[in-house]
Amino acid sequence: MNAPLNPAASGAAAPREEGAAARRLSFILVFAPFALWIALVILVPQLNLFFLSLREKVGPQVYALGPRNYTELFGESVYVLTLVRTVVMSLLATFATLIIGFPIAYYIAKIARGRARTMLFMSCLLPFWVSELVRVFGWMLILRETGLLSRLLQGLGLVDGPVELLYNDVAVMVGLIYTSMLFMVVPLVSTLDSLDDALVEAGYDLGGNGFVVLWEIVIPHAKPGIVAGAIIVFMLNLGNYLTPTLLGGKNSQWFTAQIYSQFITRFNWESGSAFGFVLLVTSSLIVWLALRASGQTLSGTIGKG
Amino acid sequence: MANDLECRALVKSYGAFTAVNGVSLAVPKGSFFSILGPSGCGKTSLMRMIAGFIEPTAGEILIGGRSMRGVPPNRRPANMVFQHLALFPMMNVADNIGYGLRRRGMAKAEIARRVGAVLERIDLADSGPKRIDQLSGGQKQRVAIARCMVLEPTVLLLDEPLGALDLKLREHMKVELKQLQHQFGTTFVYITHDQSEALVMSDQVAVMNAGRFEQVGTPEDLYYRPATPFVAGFVGDSHRWGGRVTAQAGSDLRVATSAGLALRATAVVPLAEGAAASVFVRPEAIEVRVADGRSDPAPASADVNVFAGRLESLLFNGANSRAMIRLERGDLIGAVLPQNLLGTRLGEGAAVEIRFAAAATLAFPAGGDAP
Repeated sequence: MNAPLNPAASGAAAPREEGAAARRLSFILVFAPFALWIALVILVPQLNLFFLSLREKVGPQVYALGPRNYTELFGESVYVLTLVRTVVMSLLATFATLIIGFPIAYYIAKIARGRARTMLFMSCLLPFWVSELVRVFGWMLILRETGLLSRLLQGLGLVDGPVELLYNDVAVMVGLIYTSMLFMVVPLVSTLDSLDDALVEAGYDLGGNGFVVLWEIVIPHAKPGIVAGAIIVFMLNLGNYLTPTLLGGKNSQWFTAQIYSQFITRFNWESGSAFGFVLLVTSSLIVWLALRASGQTLSGTIGKG
Repeated sequence: MANDLECRALVKSYGAFTAVNGVSLAVPKGSFFSILGPSGCGKTSLMRMIAGFIEPTAGEILIGGRSMRGVPPNRRPANMVFQHLALFPMMNVADNIGYGLRRRGMAKAEIARRVGAVLERIDLADSGPKRIDQLSGGQKQRVAIARCMVLEPTVLLLDEPLGALDLKLREHMKVELKQLQHQFGTTFVYITHDQSEALVMSDQVAVMNAGRFEQVGTPEDLYYRPATPFVAGFVGDSHRWGGRVTAQAGSDLRVATSAGLALRATAVVPLAEGAAASVFVRPEAIEVRVADGRSDPAPASADVNVFAGRLESLLFNGANSRAMIRLERGDLIGAVLPQNLLGTRLGEGAAVEIRFAAAATLAFPAGGDAP
């Protein structure tokens, strides 16, 4: 029985090696653009910035290696407070995005059917065809002293004069949530989509109420999507420059604005690099802590999400 | 005897489409009741109404004598084993089984004790900490049943839970399910499209078609005494002829088929002369003989049908082997192949003679939507 198979097997040895070489070559060709992108646009500039951040100015055109840029940052309480404020606000905005986005995602994934589902998904996506700048200006038109909301409140007789709703923390939060909503909804929809309806029904059938089913079945199932969405949204918030600056005005005190002023206003590249690195390390640390706390892995949030 | 489950004139319509059309049933305590029907017959809608996932358009459901009108699924004394089991993958085996008990606010120690006891009962005593995906198909099945049984429901609903298993395991699980039902003594309501599952396990079977019950009875009743042409065609194999009644005396009929075959048949429902009829005969009721040319293929007695034909093909399937016989009039009939004829003397094309009793040849009014 095996005899006719053997010649084929031994004859296949040489072509197999050839095939492996071809596969290796095609892998290199496909992988090269990605590797170049990572190396040239991310790795090299970051390393450059890192070395820059460790450079101390001792005199005109004279530099020495040292941690002074970092000690200055942590020595000045306004910088540290700005960092803490940025992190806390970003976390709050992320949490609010999750609370608002989850029901939307659940509705799209589990309740809406057919055309309605496509339409809803599209309506989440459509605002992102417009540039972030334009979207933020949209909010400014609504929130400013002579804006829509202020006029509406006056028209209803709820306030006497025009009210300024811009340039406060709430305005910044609204902007951040609006800007990053899509990045929460998409991973949530895709994980909730994979939730078998029978699991939800079984949860009810065995005596659970709506809250129990949500807490014990829907949320554990959606966890990879929640974590993936939260990481993306948190990173977007933390690194956002436009929204806090435009909606929060001078009071926004966003850490990215500090980095901007170090680089552009003070022309202190060494200090700006240090600020940038502190932000990178802080965000990585928080993501790591969040992954640990939720029992997820980074690859898991990508793979299952 | 008390009925654990009762449905009275249950109706479910979706717009103009009526999925369940006036179904009434009563399931006595501790029995195994099956609802058998082709896909789309409304059995899933019926099951989901009993479980409480959908509201009936009209009619009433009583579980343990209590009306279930307006009672949500999480408060009904009925639990369901889902088609794909719906075990919670985010929990281990013990937590899956304990889920319902936790909902009742039971103490942790008591939950652990009960879960341990039920795991022992289904022979999975050490599997409590296992993940669901570490279990085999049969083990998952048992966990899904245990998860419901630990709540001691009045009625256990099973929605084709064996459908996803391979054939060998399915055969094994049929026996095991029946044993589990005996062991727990709970009322089981089982829906399936697989007649052998229904026949093997059930005390009572309801055959459902197009939203209605065609017949409710024991498996023997359905098989030997089908009440409608649908049941005759759906339960078990049978050969079906369409024809017209040419003579009638009591329940004894003579039917001429459209191909011109003259049959002696027994009327299940009174049939008048000239009426269109559907005639059914089971393969095991057909006796195959080798035509030796000596005996004349004439009726041996008045109540037996005898026809001559040629063996067209042999379909070997162990004890269920079939002989496909082409009659002189052109009909192709499958008969159970007697063991002594298996393979040896009968070549394809051999001349044979088939006989089947008039009592085993059942005639129904035509027009029934037999499958």
